[in-house]
Amino acid sequence: MFAGKKVVAFGERDGVQGPAIEKCLSAAGAEVVFTVTECIV
Amino acid sequence: MLAVVKGTASILAHTPDLVPLGSKPTREIPRFEGLYDECIAHLRSYEEAVAYPPNQVFIGNIRPDRLAEMEKPWYENLIEGAPREGPYGEIMPEDEFYGLLKAADVFDLVWLEEGFLSRVAEKLQSHPLLGDLEGLEGGKTIYEIKEKLDREEALPLNFNGELVGCIRRAHEEDEDLRAGVILEGLAVKASAFLALRHLLARVSSTDPKDIDYLLDFGEEAIGDRYQRGGGNMAKAVGEMAGCLNASGADIKAFCCAPVHAIASAAALIQAGIFKKVALIGGCSLAKLGMKFQFHIKKNMPILEDMLAGIAILIGEDDGISPVIRTDAIGMHRICAGSSAREIYEEVVVKPLNKLGKRITDIDKYATEFHNPEITVPAGRPDTPLINYRALGALAVLKGEIGREEIDDFVKKHGMPGFSPTQGHIPSAIPFMSHARDMIMSGEIENAMFVGKGSLFLARMTNLSDGVSVILERNPAMKRR
Repeated sequence: MFAGKKVVAFGERDGVQGPAIEKCLSAAGAEVVFTVTECIV
Repeated sequence: MLAVVKGTASILAHTPDLVPLGSKPTREIPRFEGLYDECIAHLRSYEEAVAYPPNQVFIGNIRPDRLAEMEKPWYENLIEGAPREGPYGEIMPEDEFYGLLKAADVFDLVWLEEGFLSRVAEKLQSHPLLGDLEGLEGGKTIYEIKEKLDREEALPLNFNGELVGCIRRAHEEDEDLRAGVILEGLAVKASAFLALRHLLARVSSTDPKDIDYLLDFGEEAIGDRYQRGGGNMAKAVGEMAGCLNASGADIKAFCCAPVHAIASAAALIQAGIFKKVALIGGCSLAKLGMKFQFHIKKNMPILEDMLAGIAILIGEDDGISPVIRTDAIGMHRICAGSSAREIYEEVVVKPLNKLGKRITDIDKYATEFHNPEITVPAGRPDTPLINYRALGALAVLKGEIGREEIDDFVKKHGMPGFSPTQGHIPSAIPFMSHARDMIMSGEIENAMFVGKGSLFLARMTNLSDGVSVILERNPAMKRR
């Protein structure tokens, strides 16, 4: 589903953090071009 | 030698006129015509801030669990006759806080109008803990203050919307000593001092000269153009508080710093290096009004109008105070992953395993205490709730509870958020004072404090951080 797709991973500290999203989507075949986590409180 | 928590003080200052100087309002107000007036129109009075239930929890007049039973919205269900003082601290009005800023300033950077300063000095001299404050003289005329503002060398200090003073820049060219940064630093110093004064003069009566070491866990960076964030706020606050025999240093780890500081202080005590270590954290002025536009849109008061400070005294075992379990410090290692499960495995499960305990063996967890009434109207999550649910989910995965028991877990082991969104302040430690009393009274046996830090915000790493400490009943108390 994500093969060949470029992805921007935008995570949240108390939810799902950027690197965790990156890990999942990379495993699903996506190319993660940018990863960031913010603290949204 | 065991290390114990001998007391914790938690203070608030209601500073509505400083809201427009918060980071978000400073950026947004110039972009939208009329926004400043809307901001001012949605500020609440001092009396409303004192009567606001979460603020009463913060200073210790109400236990956090009771907040869950109180009718929402809390800002419309105020506590009539709520006092300014609580067992852990006070809610200071803005004019007195300006007086504290003046007393904290040793470089003639805070100018207050002479009549205003005279009135504030009189109020502070009659304050039960602040009668000895120095530096409350040398008021200026309103013309002198306006001249500094006209030259754009200062930021205005208003009270009830009227100009009463200004904060001057400390250097003509240095961005790190501009008026806004000086105000931020002095506000941290003043609020941390007030918390420390409450701690030593009232909560855990201690001669300031007996403090050996100070650790500051605030997030604000003080320094100049050549050493941004150089510090040392701990010694600056210690000097103001009369901790003349102490030295100190600042611990930096975003919102995780308070729990890092607790672990470090406990180690210093247990190693026999010091007998009394005071931990201090002042306010976060930049976060005033962080979500003010959402609050205006919802036609609710701007609730991010409070500055906060916390001070904790860690000392040698006195046979009664709760003990910090230094044999089970939780730590999010660099090699660990960043999912909620991986973080909680590191900072909760591993230290509990060391003690042969399960997740459900901890009576109360202190994680994030951001008041949801501030965050949820802005489309942000109820941060305490999602953290407690993550812990509950982990207990399910460990087979300790059933999936259908997560809500009960949250209710039993958690509590509602009650802290202003002041950065490092909501991170676990607002419960420290409550936990100490609840453990000593036998209401609970133990509590775990879990700090999490957003290291990625500095753009140096994608890592986050996590540290935990367990506080439990003193073994000598168990034997009695």
